[in-house]
Amino acid sequence: MSIPFYVSPEQLMQDKADFARKGIARGKSIVALEYDKGIVLLAENPSSLSKIGEIYDRLAFAGVGKFSEFDQLRKIGVRFCDVRGYAYSREDVRAKALANAYSQAIGDVFTQQMKPLEAEVIVAEVGDPHLLGQEQNTLYRVQFDGSISDHRGFCGIGGTVEQLEIYLKEHYRAGQPLGDAVRVGVAALSNGGSRIAADRLEMCTLDRERPGRKFRRASADEVAAILG
Amino acid sequence: MLIRGKYQGASFFELLEVDFPHLHPAANARDRVDASALQGVPHGTTVLAMRCAEGVLMAGDRLATEGHRVASRDLQKVYPTDAHSMVAIAGAAGPAIEMARMLRIELEHYEKIEGEALELEGKANKLSQMVRANLPAAMQGLVVVPIFAGYDRRRRLGRLWKYDVTGGRYEEAEFESSGSGSLYARESIKKAWRSDLGRDDALRVSLQALADAADEDRATGGVDLARGIFPIVCFCTEAGVEEVTREEIERTYREHVAIAHHHVGSGG
Repeated sequence: MSIPFYVSPEQLMQDKADFARKGIARGKSIVALEYDKGIVLLAENPSSLSKIGEIYDRLAFAGVGKFSEFDQLRKIGVRFCDVRGYAYSREDVRAKALANAYSQAIGDVFTQQMKPLEAEVIVAEVGDPHLLGQEQNTLYRVQFDGSISDHRGFCGIGGTVEQLEIYLKEHYRAGQPLGDAVRVGVAALSNGGSRIAADRLEMCTLDRERPGRKFRRASADEVAAILG
Repeated sequence: MLIRGKYQGASFFELLEVDFPHLHPAANARDRVDASALQGVPHGTTVLAMRCAEGVLMAGDRLATEGHRVASRDLQKVYPTDAHSMVAIAGAAGPAIEMARMLRIELEHYEKIEGEALELEGKANKLSQMVRANLPAAMQGLVVVPIFAGYDRRRRLGRLWKYDVTGGRYEEAEFESSGSGSLYARESIKKAWRSDLGRDDALRVSLQALADAADEDRATGGVDLARGIFPIVCFCTEAGVEEVTREEIERTYREHVAIAHHHVGSGG
């Protein structure tokens, strides 16, 4: 019987974190921004496999990293919310509960499994002006180790998130219309290079003014029209 | 609970069965319930669906009865299930409403998990499975007999299906009615139905059919002018499901259906 080598917990966690960061940095970043009528999520994604998805009436999901892992997280989110909405009421399905559940699950994998998840997610919830106490938008980011943070105005995930946030801190304005928010978001994603073409963009909105399900996927033509 | 779920498919109904059996509608149906205890539950009655020029129409009265008593005067029996389909329910109100709600969640769940909606036939088939799952409850008296209708965007036409208590699914080419007043409603529609009925005519024919059913069947609710309760009518066309406004229903009813101004024996 061979005796396993001793590895200090600090070293183990550091190695796992480096591994996860490397995996996540391979993909393109995603950004979510509040605009005057809701939240818009933008991703550079030329493929037909989407990174942004509908979770529930007012909730949307975005994931970066390994597709199989964040898409699994998306499906888990849909199941989690649909079961909650069925057992309680549609208004009881909130971003905070989902983000917490993601944080728990992703954190558990990080500490207990050999390989951490190479994925990071955004949970976005658009406010409803008719529900007292639920008027505000919320944006949560859950990282590969389960750490969770909430954001005002905008929220980014992915390898280039630091540059993204520096750019947005300077250029993002609260309460701007959809077109401006999209242009700022795309400029941030382009990361100083030439602007990402409309047909390489995935754009979804949570539009406060839609009845019922607020999530909507924009067509390539709509994105092109906004970018001009 | 989040990551430990066993179920990996796209059906909400099956998700409950596998991972949340305590929430599944059939959870209690397996226990033998004394059938006599179930006689007093509310029942909903006449609903109908018919194809028309632009797609398909669905309508239902508003009354629910408990034996000879009124359980509810303004029950909703026609439910949109997604952007291009709807269901009408007749039978034991509790399980029927639950089934309509479950179908709506099921279709939405599939759409979200898979990234695209089911075809209309797939939706109709899904409902079939739910009716079949209700069979044990139906054997004890809680019968649910829905009608499903929608607009088939691939074939560009309105389609409708009726069901039997075992989950049998039968597509109807013209019209269908379900519930205690359905016999009278069907007879009424038969006289006036054509495949090319325009919107106004289809609305008139459906209101007339419900009025005829309410006239002959005591468990079907007629228009209640005193309380302002009218039937619910929905159209499903290429543009999606649209509920007809109460004002339009009231106007059509007063102009074409109401017979209160023809006094018998008043000489004209």
